[in-house]
Amino acid sequence: MSEWKILLVDDESEFVSTLADRLYLRGIHASTANDGEEAIRSVTEEKPDLVVLDIKMPGLSGIEVMKAIKKIDPQLPIILLTGHGSTKEGMEGMKYGAYDYLMKPIDINELILKIQEAIGK
Amino acid sequence: MVKNLKKRIFHRLGLSQVEDQSPNRYRVMRRNMIVLMYMVTFIPLFLMAVIYFYQYRFSLKQEIITPLRLMTHKTAHSMELYLEERLSNIRALGASYSYKELSDQKTLDRLYRIFKKELSGLVDFGIIDKAGNQVAYSGPYMLLGKNYAKQKWFHEVSIRGVYISDVFMGYRGFPHIAIAVQNFDSDGNAWFLRATIDTKKLDNIISAMGLLPRDDAFLVNKKGILQTSSKFYGNVLETYPLEIRYVLGTTIREKKDSQGQNVIFSSASFLHQDFFLVSIKPTQSAMKSWTMLRSNMLFVFVGGTILIIIAIIRTSNYLIKRIKEADEKREKAFRELENSQKLSSIGRLAAGVAHEINNPMAIINQKAGLMQDLIQLDANFTDKTRFLALTNSILQSVERCKKITHRLLGFARRMEVLYEKLNLNDLIIEVLGFLEKEAQLREVKIELSLADSLPEISSDIGQLEQVFLNIISNAFAAVQDGGQLKIMTWDENDEKVGVSIEDNGSGMDEETLSHIFEPFFTTKTGYGTGLGLPITHGIINKLGGTIEVKSKIGIGTTFIVYLRKNKLKMEE
Repeated sequence: MSEWKILLVDDESEFVSTLADRLYLRGIHASTANDGEEAIRSVTEEKPDLVVLDIKMPGLSGIEVMKAIKKIDPQLPIILLTGHGSTKEGMEGMKYGAYDYLMKPIDINELILKIQEAIGK
Repeated sequence: MVKNLKKRIFHRLGLSQVEDQSPNRYRVMRRNMIVLMYMVTFIPLFLMAVIYFYQYRFSLKQEIITPLRLMTHKTAHSMELYLEERLSNIRALGASYSYKELSDQKTLDRLYRIFKKELSGLVDFGIIDKAGNQVAYSGPYMLLGKNYAKQKWFHEVSIRGVYISDVFMGYRGFPHIAIAVQNFDSDGNAWFLRATIDTKKLDNIISAMGLLPRDDAFLVNKKGILQTSSKFYGNVLETYPLEIRYVLGTTIREKKDSQGQNVIFSSASFLHQDFFLVSIKPTQSAMKSWTMLRSNMLFVFVGGTILIIIAIIRTSNYLIKRIKEADEKREKAFRELENSQKLSSIGRLAAGVAHEINNPMAIINQKAGLMQDLIQLDANFTDKTRFLALTNSILQSVERCKKITHRLLGFARRMEVLYEKLNLNDLIIEVLGFLEKEAQLREVKIELSLADSLPEISSDIGQLEQVFLNIISNAFAAVQDGGQLKIMTWDENDEKVGVSIEDNGSGMDEETLSHIFEPFFTTKTGYGTGLGLPITHGIINKLGGTIEVKSKIGIGTTFIVYLRKNKLKMEE
């Protein structure tokens, strides 16, 4: 079991809770947030090692949330989830400082690989 | 049903398609145009011709009528002067000498000789007493002693004192006029001097009119008896064949003569006699120049008409052809626009649906993944393999959905085009490399006919690879094992190059052909997404090219792609 703390942000609570359960089974602690404001609050309070952030959310968009998080902790790695089949939004996110992006629906093993890459570096 | 509905909608929008408009439309348009052009050219032309025709005829007639009338009047006047002169001479003679002197044959003979010289036309002199006996006579005939008491002229001269006779033959056998004057001797007894004048002089006056061969002029009395010979209407003392109305003064009018021809008829009455001079001119010869003009005008009119008709028909045909072409062009452009709008709205809809489906799909994916994790971690799980197979199946289905949504989103999104110089021949050979194994396996023969001098074009390599991979894969799917493909490239014109991919596969019917660029339309049961050709179409459009398909069931399908040589400019 690693000591990593991951924050999962998506407006679909079912999605993030299931993903958190699956990560837990693989020894990764993950907390969840269902909107941008909650995510920003969690980052300040819990100080996670990595944030997995959905780009498309109602209210604050993923990119806006990411900018806010970068202000709090510029070093915090962020992996974006894109609903679109396009690489365009992901690429845009990278420009604003995201570590990487994954296309939904995601593969758990791929996600874990990216997490290990991002934190381990 | 669908077609009818479409027609109705188009009709309501006023956007009738070419095939909905009966070919009558152009026929009616052409007919209206021709009729209108005929009207605007022929009505003025015809009116002008008619007006000139009658105007010219009228003025020409005036030019003939006025001189003829004047000449008739003058000639009648000179004839009357001639007779007056004779009368006054004879009167003077009667007044100058007494009855005694003149009834002396010797004196009369002497005076006759003098007067014969001075007074042209004089035939004889006679002196008649109050009883009507000729008491003296000088002249070529033996008329001495003749009694005139019972003759009309004697009666007349006794009453009026002066008498000029009509033309008559009398005893002498040639036409002449008798002039008689009454005198009185010192006892108050009446006596008469009578002179006869031949009418040759009147004929001379008529011939001095200078008549044309077809013209005629003659003297006629009130009763219609000719007083001089006419050319066409009888000799002297014959009756003029038509009724003659005695009109005072000079008149002129058109009428039909005894031979039924149209003539201009002019008459001038004498002041002191019941004579009038008639001049007749046949209208036909008078209007000869007019008749000639008429035939010339007719010729010009008919010729002009034929030319105008030809010009109008040719112009109308040309214009209608151009209108028809323009209409067809417009319809074609409209249909293309409609098609591309349809495709893009379907694309937007598809993207929306795909995006919404993506989120629940992600949840299903994670839930199934979690189920799989739990089953794998629990050593005591009964029926482990069966459940794992079920979750695997769920995950695979999700994977398939993911592919579909990704392609859908790919169809809808606007990818940026990366322009670079490329050789289309090399690109096609590279694409064929992907399919080499399948070709070998299925023994599909690929015939390449690539243009040697094909110029490099500026386009997007990655997207073009996708385009040709799509089209060639479709061709592979269409042919049987051992089938044949033919790929050609050529330099179309200054702007474009062409590529054709021809297969001898199953081919498509019209219905299929009309839908192949629509998303989700597929004939490949099971594994087709129905997005390959729409994406291909979208990419080619984006690159400024065009794609055409020709297909016949059982013979095969040919895709023809035209690509721009140079980058598509934004203004276009």
